[in-house]
Amino acid sequence: MKEDPGYYDYWPYENRPKIKWPNGAKVAFWVAPNIEFYELNPPNNPFRKPWPQPNPALPGYTSRDWGNRVGHKRQMDLLEKYGIRGSISLSTALCDHHPEIIALCKERNWEFFSHGIYNTRYTYGMSESQERDMIKDSIETIYKHTGQKCAGYLAPALSHSENTLDLFAEVGTELFGEEAGFYSCDLFHDDQPTPIHLRSGKRFASIPYSLEMNDTIAYLVQKITPRRYGQELKDNFDRLYAEGAESGTIMCIPTHNYQVANSHRIKAYEEALEYITGHSDVWVATGKEIATYYLDNYYDASITDINNKKNRYGIR
Amino acid sequence: MGLDKSYLDYPERSYGMDHQRYDWNMLHERKKIQWPNNKKIALWVNVGVQFFPLNQQGIPFKVPGGMTKPYPDLRHYSLRDYGNRVGIYRFFKALDKYKVTPTFAMNTRLAERIPYLTETIKERGNEILCHGYHMDKLHYGGQNIDEEKELVKQAVDGLRELTGQAITGWISPAKNESENTPDILAQNGINYFCDWVNDEMPYNFKTKNGILTAMPLTTELDDQFIILNNLHSAEAWANQVEDAFQYLLKEATSQGGRILSLNIHPWVLGQPHRIKYLEYILDILGSHEAVWSASATEILKAWKNS
Repeated sequence: MKEDPGYYDYWPYENRPKIKWPNGAKVAFWVAPNIEFYELNPPNNPFRKPWPQPNPALPGYTSRDWGNRVGHKRQMDLLEKYGIRGSISLSTALCDHHPEIIALCKERNWEFFSHGIYNTRYTYGMSESQERDMIKDSIETIYKHTGQKCAGYLAPALSHSENTLDLFAEVGTELFGEEAGFYSCDLFHDDQPTPIHLRSGKRFASIPYSLEMNDTIAYLVQKITPRRYGQELKDNFDRLYAEGAESGTIMCIPTHNYQVANSHRIKAYEEALEYITGHSDVWVATGKEIATYYLDNYYDASITDINNKKNRYGIR
Repeated sequence: MGLDKSYLDYPERSYGMDHQRYDWNMLHERKKIQWPNNKKIALWVNVGVQFFPLNQQGIPFKVPGGMTKPYPDLRHYSLRDYGNRVGIYRFFKALDKYKVTPTFAMNTRLAERIPYLTETIKERGNEILCHGYHMDKLHYGGQNIDEEKELVKQAVDGLRELTGQAITGWISPAKNESENTPDILAQNGINYFCDWVNDEMPYNFKTKNGILTAMPLTTELDDQFIILNNLHSAEAWANQVEDAFQYLLKEATSQGGRILSLNIHPWVLGQPHRIKYLEYILDILGSHEAVWSASATEILKAWKNS
């Protein structure tokens, strides 16, 4: 085990090369609905129990199923109303289980990225070749069902190994060259994109996805009220918008249909979306668009700046 | 090294659900439901009338709301008992004042222990459904099937005898089930159950002994969930119910009748500092022209006939 994952260097949030988003936008704003499939009878993983109760664990399973049966359409309609294309963090087995949902998203030109096969199959304990196979299966499944070359990754249930980002990048290259496997949502260390060190040396970025704005963290872990969540979204945006005048920032709202689309929560969410998209200098984008723009325009300058600072201050 | 290779096998990875209990379909694609008199929202107020025994066994887990301290946990025992002695009489007054029809989900052991309350609810004439034998008699995965059959029979038959009602509805304590619970319920004359909170509307649920209707009694607006689990105030509970109502009303305008289900407990909202928020909600909903206040079975029948 390592003291530090080694994916990125320390890089202070001041005096960085200035990021300018398209059309002078201050904030790149994206919404990442997680569309997940949780199993009723998942196999045991030695490091993490899938459910708190013995199977069938109805409270958790049925709530997630509600998200697909009811919540998805509600959130999709809402995002459409505000001109937002979803960047979907996908349990790729859902392509087999619920192709209707995939079709609805495709009709709207939404983007898909990999969130593993099922959200009840964890990376913990997998050998490197098992994890590689799982990631490859997920990228191939997305391509087969949507024709999209998967650019981003969020490990299933945020379960990682030391090799997760390397494997994702390598499998992307193996399948589609530089067109796939070039950004990750797994790290929460910044409000701007950062270059990621990989053993392959591939050009790869971490794109802020925000656990803090994640509805499941807000509702199931912090247990805040819907109206409070709506206010936190606005507050988060206000600060990133103000700071974005100095150098472009990223705001992401990661959501789950089984949380944010509940009838008592969706109003607060809608108010926040209306507020955010009502500002003039917001680039409403997708994860892949942001990552591509960053890699094309600022990745090299970031590396130079990071190395200059590293050489000057070093690490003890 | 690594995990057993079966960890990367996905035997249920195919169209529909990963089990055979019900069909997969999305709410917005179903036919529109029409409630009586063209009302948009069926209001289902479900009152849990529960017994949490002091000598809790906690098999296979401690029921949420049950004892948490070493025996004898007098604080939780008596605070739950408060609901059946005091809180529920505040509920009766409020429900009657705002003309809202409740459905009572009773633990059979409670009905046995407090005949006065059982008689009172009987005389009111409201529907009673079975909420299991008591809160510490859980139904759970891996439970011995004969033991569970006996438990369901004891609970359902006992409540029928004590109340004189047909008792066709069921909620498991903690909404927890074994893999056999639906089959056993259907065998015991239950028509509908409320443990699967995966929809907004009723749907058909397959069992070995015929079809049950799964009724959508959401946990999300449950007072115990919002106030004791999420630690929100009673006022915040009322805000959430109001927001939900406004949203469902809008959805019902384009998609057909919807259900607003409120699962409430006299030991939670029946407290003196919380009851006014329940009254506030009952006032809004009870007097609203788009609301049909009905019992669980009335809603089920209207859904079937629509």
